Amino acid sequence: MRGGISKTAYMTTMGVAAAAALALSYVETLIPVPMAVPGVKLGLANIVTVFVLFKLGWRAASAVSAVRVALASLLFGTMLSAAYSAAGAVLSVTVMALLKGTKKFTPTGVSVAGAIMHNVGQILMAMMITGVEQIAAWLPMLIVSGLVTGIAVGIAGSVLVKVVKLGKSED
Amino acid sequence: MLRPSSVKPMSDQKKRIRNDILLILAIALAALAVCCGVNFTRRQGAYVVVSVDGRDVAVYPLDTDIRVELETYHDGRNTIVIKEGCACIESASCPDLLCVKQRTIRYVGETITCLPNRLVIRIEGEGGVDAVQ
Repeated sequence: MRGGISKTAYMTTMGVAAAAALALSYVETLIPVPMAVPGVKLGLANIVTVFVLFKLGWRAASAVSAVRVALASLLFGTMLSAAYSAAGAVLSVTVMALLKGTKKFTPTGVSVAGAIMHNVGQILMAMMITGVEQIAAWLPMLIVSGLVTGIAVGIAGSVLVKVVKLGKSED
Repeated sequence: MLRPSSVKPMSDQKKRIRNDILLILAIALAALAVCCGVNFTRRQGAYVVVSVDGRDVAVYPLDTDIRVELETYHDGRNTIVIKEGCACIESASCPDLLCVKQRTIRYVGETITCLPNRLVIRIEGEGGVDAVQ
């Protein structure tokens, strides 16, 4: 249930993960993305989500993701960006959990799907909020950028999953 | 017993890596197909239709060079320029200015969107408000 580690180890891991994800969200705001399409981002925080998903399961990944979106929006976002991120995060974590559940993909494949679904989620939310449906034209760009960042983030996540050992869990 | 190594069943990890690559290729191909489809079917446009907050508010012909400042959503301002058959947004009051950075448009169906100001300019063909043909 908890990745085979003690309750204390589980709690501290979750805390560290949430803090790391928040820090990565902040680092990301410092890196300018030279793209004319809104919503293109590196998705560095997804390294942590992928790691937690593979180590501690989807409940833990959802919790860390929720904490990260809430705090990041509060600290360096707006009401609108909060809604977009939340929609993206929900869709992304759901799809990643399902793909991981099939046991047919490595963390990299799961991360790619997550990155793309995050972008799809935020575009859907933006269409709902603003009613401007033409922004669907941004989807191809967002999917390609999700593919590229998803691979990079996924490789980083895979390395973490492989290298980091939590307590007694040896998997 | 000797068997050629290629007949050995793949390990789970190898299968996963193969699935990853298939997933990535499938998505890349789909994106490529969409881009090609858009490029091969494009036609030179005739008009720029401006909509603010979902309502069409103005139409300008693409063959006349103009510069016009528009009042957009929530007292926003965007300046549209039509030059040499292409339309773009030259300046805007929105915070991100992504509409200004988007490339110019000239083919039927292309759009530039300024999300904060809820402004969409789109290109339409001969025959006015008729994007589907």
